[in-house]
Amino acid sequence: MSHLVIRQVSKRFGSFVALDAVCLQAERGEFVVLVGPSGCGKTTLLRVIAGLEAQDRGSVVHAGRDISQRSPAERDYGIVFQSYALFPNLSVGQNVAYGLSNRRAGRALLRQRVDEMLTLVGLPGSDSKFPSQLSGGQQQRIALARALATRPDFLLLDEPLSALDAIERVRLRGEIRRLQQTLGITTLMVTHDQEEALSMADRIVVMNSGRIEQVGSPWDVYYRPENRFVADFIGRSNLIEAEAVDARHVRYGALTLCCGAELETGRRYQFNLRPENIRLLDASDAAPNSFFGHAEKCEFLGAVALVTFVPQAGAAGHRLPPLIAQVPSSHLVGRPIAPGSTLRASIEPEHFLPLRGSA
Amino acid sequence: MAPPARLRPGLPASGMLLLAAALALAVFLMLPLGALLLRSFTDAAGHWSLAQFQAFVAAPGMALAVWNTLWVAALVTAITVPLAFGYAYALERACLPFKGLWRLLGLAPLLGPSLVAAIAFIQWFGNQGVLRAWLGESSIYGPTGIVMATAFAAFPHALMILTVALATADARLYEAADALRASRWRRFTTVTLPNARYGLISAAVVVFAYSVSEFGIPKVIGGDFKVLAIEIYQQVVGQQNFGRGAVVALVLLLPMVFAFVIDQMVQRRQQAGLTARAVPYVPRPDWRRDAPLLLFTALVAAAMLAVLGMAVYTSFVTFWPWNLDLTLRHYTFGLAEVGVLDAYLNSVIIAALTALAGTPFIFVTAYLLEKTGRSQAWLRRAVHAMASLPVAIPGLVLGIGYILFFNHPNNPLGGLYMTLAILVIVNVVHYYTACHLTALTALKSLDREFEAVSASLKVAQVVTFWRVTLPVCLPAVLDISRYLFINAMTTVSAVVFLHAPQTMPASVSILNLDEAGEIGPAAAMATLIMATTALFSLAWTALAHYGLRRQQAWRHVRR
Repeated sequence: MSHLVIRQVSKRFGSFVALDAVCLQAERGEFVVLVGPSGCGKTTLLRVIAGLEAQDRGSVVHAGRDISQRSPAERDYGIVFQSYALFPNLSVGQNVAYGLSNRRAGRALLRQRVDEMLTLVGLPGSDSKFPSQLSGGQQQRIALARALATRPDFLLLDEPLSALDAIERVRLRGEIRRLQQTLGITTLMVTHDQEEALSMADRIVVMNSGRIEQVGSPWDVYYRPENRFVADFIGRSNLIEAEAVDARHVRYGALTLCCGAELETGRRYQFNLRPENIRLLDASDAAPNSFFGHAEKCEFLGAVALVTFVPQAGAAGHRLPPLIAQVPSSHLVGRPIAPGSTLRASIEPEHFLPLRGSA
Repeated sequence: MAPPARLRPGLPASGMLLLAAALALAVFLMLPLGALLLRSFTDAAGHWSLAQFQAFVAAPGMALAVWNTLWVAALVTAITVPLAFGYAYALERACLPFKGLWRLLGLAPLLGPSLVAAIAFIQWFGNQGVLRAWLGESSIYGPTGIVMATAFAAFPHALMILTVALATADARLYEAADALRASRWRRFTTVTLPNARYGLISAAVVVFAYSVSEFGIPKVIGGDFKVLAIEIYQQVVGQQNFGRGAVVALVLLLPMVFAFVIDQMVQRRQQAGLTARAVPYVPRPDWRRDAPLLLFTALVAAAMLAVLGMAVYTSFVTFWPWNLDLTLRHYTFGLAEVGVLDAYLNSVIIAALTALAGTPFIFVTAYLLEKTGRSQAWLRRAVHAMASLPVAIPGLVLGIGYILFFNHPNNPLGGLYMTLAILVIVNVVHYYTACHLTALTALKSLDREFEAVSASLKVAQVVTFWRVTLPVCLPAVLDISRYLFINAMTTVSAVVFLHAPQTMPASVSILNLDEAGEIGPAAAMATLIMATTALFSLAWTALAHYGLRRQQAWRHVRR
């Protein structure tokens, strides 16, 4: 049985449905990330698991024990909030020891555990400082140390990185992931940042309006989105609707494109095409599965550039919606793309796949 | 449906405590007000009737009292608010030397009972007054004196609101105005005034309400001028006509409730005022602005000193204005030997008990509201509504409600009547709202997740209350206790109906001394009260600064 099982959990706030029969499992030692736009129910789900919010229906089972009706103190987890919620009037050491002191641990033992935790999060010797003397990232580490000090059986992280600046955020997400793997602690994290989710998770849970849209590995969620929402939310995406003309080809406007999956002739499919899977060629190059287009704009982002272009529809005359291609900036050296210029784009069939849910 | 009660540890206990707080507020606030309503709408035989109101309307002079009360309050508001605004503006938006001193002098009237102003104005402008000539033909006894003394007494209340309103300014708006080359005057009317308008409305409401419900000043300096507050006092104390007193109290309540509703509406709209991104505005020296403001501030502060100083001086002068030798006989003969000094001790005890009992009750109730979850929403709403109500209830009205309720022969709590305890309780209730809001503001500034974190660490909520919530909120707790002490020390209005001869508070004894023509001893008693509240404030400030230095070390660390 899974370490943490959420069964059919529903929660309403007045007429607003925060969670709609959500089912989810986490294995022991797994890092599960709940991701979705604000108001999708991810934080509510975390708070239900923590016992901070009462579900209307459904159950939460931890290590085979139904904890649905237990108080937070009767559940065995550590939690870190976006605001850290460090006690400002207590020193770092007192904060970390907060959950230990009332367990009648010996003073020396307590001291030892605090030192151990501070070393673990990379801040040894900071125990006499007050939280306000630390940077945001350091405060976050102390909050983590405090949550882990009592050796909880699982860890809940509620947007733990969103109050930090970009550089600190990237650094800390690597550290949290390393710590989680070292301790092998089952962890549930909530975030609205899809890049954070992709980089940290064993498994990603994409949520929208109180429901789970897809559960899968970062790779799966990115490259095999099950529906439009997931494709749109995780990464940039070109969504194309086209009709199959035979088992391998679809008609898109006046274009016939080769696709990497078996199709049913005559059906309409939705395709998710990642910008980095569109290759840009010089107009004179020939390539399989390629077509001409007119560039609309070129947006330089540093390492890569985004090129927006309109595929040439050919004789049929109706305009196709623009596509976005992502190219390495090095590709543009010596051949800048000016608006209006003609270019040639090709799509690799193995990356041109219909959404699983589309019919 | 999951039983939410099990989800938070100790919730049943906190729920019971909240219920107890609600019951206490119901018994000591709602039931007395209910008794007042009941008494107003029944006749002598106990049947429902509007006879009391008909008699009120028909009574000679009542319409005049209503009219007088309203125009005096309007005039006091029109004088006090602009003065206080100018003063607050000078404190917050100009570069003046000795700001701390000006602030202290501006707030000084809070330290004494409002009667101090009345006594001092009589000494300055009365029939034997030094400045009698300034008034020409008119007399200080009457509306002139009432308006002057009330404006003085209400000034610090408006000043407190307006300094807060002007303290939080967004420098970016001023930079934008400068970048657009707005003139000084245009900047003032397009940025400063609009940003302070909620504070201005709030201050106007508070001053108006203060004037409507003020009773000590018209009693001492009003002469034959009829106002509603005096009418209540005469009906209840003079004629023992509780029914008529109740009706007048209800009439007095109307403008207060009106003001209260306006203020609530204004405050609700204010929520979205200043954003977290705002850059605080810091004034730069500019003599063209600072010099006139300094002159203005000094003039107002000098007037404050003149009024307070006259009261103190009167207490040491043998027989004004014929014998100006300094003496202590008002203290010795006037107070100690006729046993009036007991009243001073009563007041100190009452004020100490009000602070000691009121502070924990108010703070814990606010804590229960704010930090123990969201269940029992109706109970929370009820407690918050009751806590917000007292600001709209004039002390006199509360006092009459208490008489009618606790003096009722069938009330099991009747034993409280005429005790020290009832004076303490009525003070806590009377000054509840400001303390409640102070506590709520402090609690709301704490991280919402402290309780959740403690629960996840399996630490009981009461431990977190003791180790974190209370220490972090300590400055607010000290503020509350100081506010309660000072007000309990200086108030007249509610306690004037409720004291027994042996529990008479000092402020009430001033009224009696004044009525007996003993203006020297009255001033001496007022001086004693002011000295006590000033010392208490000083001690409290020192305690907050030095005594708790170790405990509050986290506030002062270097980053």
